Amino acid sequence: MEELEKIEGRRGTGVVVRGADIDTDQIIPARYMTSIRFAGLEEHVFHDSRFTPDGVAKDHPFNDDRFAAASILVVGRNFGCGSSREHAPQALTRWGIRAIVGESFAEIFFGNCISLGVPAVTADPADVEALMDAVELDPSQEIEIDLLSMTVRSRAGQARVALPEAARRALLEGTWDAMRVLLMARDEIQATADRLPYVRGF
Amino acid sequence: MAQSIGKSLLDKVWDAHSVRELPSGQTQLFIGLHLVHEVTSPQGFQMLRAAGLPVLFPDRTFATVDHIVPTASRARPLADALAEEMFQALEQNTAENKIEMFHIGSGRQGIVHVIGPELGLTQPGSTIACGDSHTSTHGAFGAIAFGIGTTQVRDVLATQCLAMQRPRVRRIEVRGQLGAGVYAKDVTLHVIRTLGVKGGIGYAYEYAGSVIEGFSMEERMTLCNMAIEGGARVGYVNPDATTYEYLRGRPYAPQGAAFDRAIEWWGSMASDPGASYDDVVALEGTTIAPTVTWGIHPGHAIGVDECIPRLSELSDEDRGTAERAFAYMDLKPGAPIAGTPIDVAFVGSCTNSRISDLRVAASIVAGRQVKSGVRALVVPGSEAVQKQAEAEGLPEVFRAAGFDWREPGCSMCLAMNPDKLRGRELCASSSNRNFPGRQGSPTGRTLLMSPAMVAAAAIRGHVIDVRELL
Repeated sequence: MEELEKIEGRRGTGVVVRGADIDTDQIIPARYMTSIRFAGLEEHVFHDSRFTPDGVAKDHPFNDDRFAAASILVVGRNFGCGSSREHAPQALTRWGIRAIVGESFAEIFFGNCISLGVPAVTADPADVEALMDAVELDPSQEIEIDLLSMTVRSRAGQARVALPEAARRALLEGTWDAMRVLLMARDEIQATADRLPYVRGF
Repeated sequence: MAQSIGKSLLDKVWDAHSVRELPSGQTQLFIGLHLVHEVTSPQGFQMLRAAGLPVLFPDRTFATVDHIVPTASRARPLADALAEEMFQALEQNTAENKIEMFHIGSGRQGIVHVIGPELGLTQPGSTIACGDSHTSTHGAFGAIAFGIGTTQVRDVLATQCLAMQRPRVRRIEVRGQLGAGVYAKDVTLHVIRTLGVKGGIGYAYEYAGSVIEGFSMEERMTLCNMAIEGGARVGYVNPDATTYEYLRGRPYAPQGAAFDRAIEWWGSMASDPGASYDDVVALEGTTIAPTVTWGIHPGHAIGVDECIPRLSELSDEDRGTAERAFAYMDLKPGAPIAGTPIDVAFVGSCTNSRISDLRVAASIVAGRQVKSGVRALVVPGSEAVQKQAEAEGLPEVFRAAGFDWREPGCSMCLAMNPDKLRGRELCASSSNRNFPGRQGSPTGRTLLMSPAMVAAAAIRGHVIDVRELL
């Protein structure tokens, strides 16, 4: 297996999706998940906010050419609530998103992001708001998320970001794809199974 | 002298399943039961194949098909070629990896969170994972059960483990008793309304108190099913005699003397009386009314006798989402929710499609007629529920009232099958999510409520307090 990338941060231009409680059905409606592949999901990311039922493009940052090359998504509170579908971060990453800054994230969505090597960091609401304003004012500016200093830098200035330590270490050390780490404990896995009465047989 | 502090079920299950502590500080947690369905597994199996790895514990892995199954006719090949491809991928992946699959027509197929318990696969003190957020349902048995993404489905297939952070535990005590016409669905919506849709992030919810202890297993499943809607990935109820009696004789439960030994272990995994919790919340059962949502997430819930809140009554934090909700739902702030006209009535989903749900709904509609112009359907959660309902004559009751009686599946909960809202239709739904577009129309609207309330709304053609029809 190839070495995993050690992720010390992300740098790129931003795109802003405002609003609290943006659920995974908003990020990728279930009707676009009828497939055995993730490929192509990017076409439908935020579909129902981007298009009318007749397919006419609406005013949405993901339809705006100024943000077409963005790789850092800035969001509000409880982003990614709802279903466990990894299709949500898959649709975002396939569209081009490499990192997310938000007020807070739903737990399963957050875990899915980390397992794809997408830092999903939180910041204070005022800092998120300032970053949103800055990106909307000047979409061409570079934003830098630094996981060593735990900061985000933009023309709005520098702000503290947070990430649970386990996720931070996994990204920094290149162990964010858990499978190979889990597999190292083959004997301990079997020993745990043998110890559990319902696995062993009552 | 230090006081000995008891352990919660979460702590006991966590410790018993801990393979090791990972360098990151997370736990490598052994997963006792992995449930697999067609939507979130094909890419997981593909990643496993690409890594050249086998399924490590195929006998701890079970599969069924539920999300994409049409509920009008389940004849193969499915009319939707992409859905058929997903179905075939699951058949091939389970056959290649020697995983037991509960096929359509086997008598055991159904929504994964309905069949796990009814087959006796779901057991106290175990860990359960499934690529579906409503896996929290299985916590009703005192299991620690959570939804996972597809990369994690691959992790469990390859290692029977997950890298997990131990959650904090919030005990939610629902005291007193419930009034007539108030059900587990109302309790779970009330909890979310009270603690918020993100209040449970980082927590496991332990539900307790006289109301919960008095609940049947099916009621406990409805309660735990929606833990995730309050942000809690895990919700559970401590196992007790009700749990054991439910499991006795189920196909995958221990049998005979082994069952008695199992009860002893299951009981030992329940929270100790002196267990310490990170937080305790007490709610009064008698104050809970039949509850209905008015907005675009399950925390937008009010008693059926209340009015939709005005923006001025909401906290700053809640206003933004509420404004989007008013725009999307086209309901009037300050207006009573009762009287809201409905177009569709849906009884089904992993929240409320079990036999007790269907019995209650049938008792409301018996001898009455669905309001003209309302499209009403009942979708049993599994083939076993379907068979039991047929033995009790429920399909005849529903059909006589004007309901469609369908084949088992996820149906109109998430619209990955032909059951979808059309246009701006407004649906009284016993499901779990009222997100915009959730039921298949980008502009469709959902009001979450109990099966009894759905049945009542179907009869009157608008939201009403089911207590008027009892």
